[in-house]
Amino acid sequence: MLRTGGRLLLTKLLLSQDKYMPYYNEEDLARFGDVAKYKPELFEKFMAWYGACQEEGELTKREKALIGLAVAVTVQCPYCIDAFTNSCLENGSNMGQMTESIHLASAIRGGASLIHGIQSHNAHDKVSM
Amino acid sequence: MQAGVQIERKGKRAFPSPQVSFQEVLGRDELRSLSVETLQVNVGKLCNQACKHCHVDASPTRTEIMPREVVDACLKAVREFEIPTLDITGGAPELIPDFRYFVTEATASGAKVIVRHNLTVMHEKGQEDLPKFFAENRVELVSSLPYFNAAKTDSQRGTGVFDKSIDALKRLNDVGFGVENGFTLNLVYNPLGAFLPPDQASIEADFKHELMARYGISFNNLFTITNMPIARFLDWLRRSGNEAHYMSKLVNAFNPATVDSLMCRNLISVDWTGRLSDCDFNQMLEMPLAADLPQTIFDFDMESLSNRSIVTADHCFGCTAGLGSSCGGTVAAN
Repeated sequence: MLRTGGRLLLTKLLLSQDKYMPYYNEEDLARFGDVAKYKPELFEKFMAWYGACQEEGELTKREKALIGLAVAVTVQCPYCIDAFTNSCLENGSNMGQMTESIHLASAIRGGASLIHGIQSHNAHDKVSM
Repeated sequence: MQAGVQIERKGKRAFPSPQVSFQEVLGRDELRSLSVETLQVNVGKLCNQACKHCHVDASPTRTEIMPREVVDACLKAVREFEIPTLDITGGAPELIPDFRYFVTEATASGAKVIVRHNLTVMHEKGQEDLPKFFAENRVELVSSLPYFNAAKTDSQRGTGVFDKSIDALKRLNDVGFGVENGFTLNLVYNPLGAFLPPDQASIEADFKHELMARYGISFNNLFTITNMPIARFLDWLRRSGNEAHYMSKLVNAFNPATVDSLMCRNLISVDWTGRLSDCDFNQMLEMPLAADLPQTIFDFDMESLSNRSIVTADHCFGCTAGLGSSCGGTVAAN
C-alpha cells in the first residue's frame, strides 16, 4: 500500500511540474533537422546517405518504404514508424501489404530469439550427464 | 492575388492557415492565366452519394441545380469563343433536368465534352441508359474509384458503392468505354486520409492489373488527385486532429515545377448560378474572380478572362504538392 501510494505521489508530482517532458514528442519528428545543430557536417553526410538510400533504384520506392516500415517496427522507433507508415501509404501500399511486412520483420525477430534456444540446449548438454 | 475575404466554415476558417502563406512560397506577385481551353461547369450540388471527402458538400438533400438559362449561357460561350473543352461536374451532373440537353448541344457544337460521372448514378431510376447515352455522344468520362477493393472504397463513398461501381464499369466497357480503340474512360484515385497520393504511373499499373484480374475491367488512365483541405475533408482533418499535420505536409511538398501547369491557368469555372471562379475549389469557397473581371457566364469575355490575375489562397498548396494535382491528375514530370 505504501509503495503504491508513493508511486502515485511521484507520478502526480511529475505531472504537476511545468517542465515535465515526455521522452517522445510527435512534434519532434519535424525537428529532425535540429540534430545538425552541433555537428552539421556529420548530419549532412547522414542525410545525403539516408536520402539516396530511399531513391528509386533496383528496388522501387514502394519496396523500399515497406522495408523501412519493417525495420522501423523492429527497432521500435516511433518516429520511424510514423514516417514510414506515411511513406508506404504515399507510395501506394495498402494496410494488408504493410501488415505482411511487419509480420515478416517480427517473425524474423522472434526467430532470432528462438534460435538462441540452441545455445541454451548446448549449455545444458555441456553440464549434463 | 490573395483573396481579400475571410471565409468561414462552421465558425472556423474555411481553409487552414499554414506556417507560411501560399503567396510567400509561390514567390511571385501574381499568378496569371494563359488561356481558357476548358470551361468547367459545376451544374449543382445534388448527388446520389455523400462522400466523406467531397469538396462540394454534395448530397441527395442538396437542391442547388443549374437552370436552363445558365446552361444556355455556357453553351453560348463555348460556341461563340470556340472553347475546346466543356468539363461538366457536380454533384452528380446527370441528376439535373437539363444534363442530356447540355451534353447533346455541346457535342453538336464540336466541343470535347468531359463528364465527371460517379458510376453509381446509372443505378438510379431513369438513368439506366446512361452508358448508351454517353457512347452516342462520345463523351470522355472521368470517374472516381478510390481503391480496387470494397472496404476502402465504401469507407469513403458509402456502403455498397464499390459493388455498384464495378457493375457500372462493366457496363461502360460493354458499350466501348475504356477498351482498345473505344471511348475514353479515366479513373480517379484520391488518398483515403491525410497523406499525399502515390506515383500516378505506379498506382495506375496496380489498378489496371487488379481490376482486370478480379473483374475483367479495363480503363484508359488513372488520375491521382490530392485531397483539398476544404469542406468535408477539412471537417474530417479537424475532427481527427490532422489539420496542422496535413497542411505542413502540403507546404513542405510545394513543388515550383507544378506552377506552370496548374489547371487554373487554362480553365475557368462556372457555378450553378453562372458565377465565374478560377477553379472548382475557389468556387466552393465562394471566392469570385478578381474584381475587375466579368463575374458571370452571361458577361463572358475571352480577351480579359484568358489573361487574368488568378485569385489564390492557402488551400492552393493542395494543387502544388509533390507532382501537383488537377482534375486531370498530376501536372509535373516525375
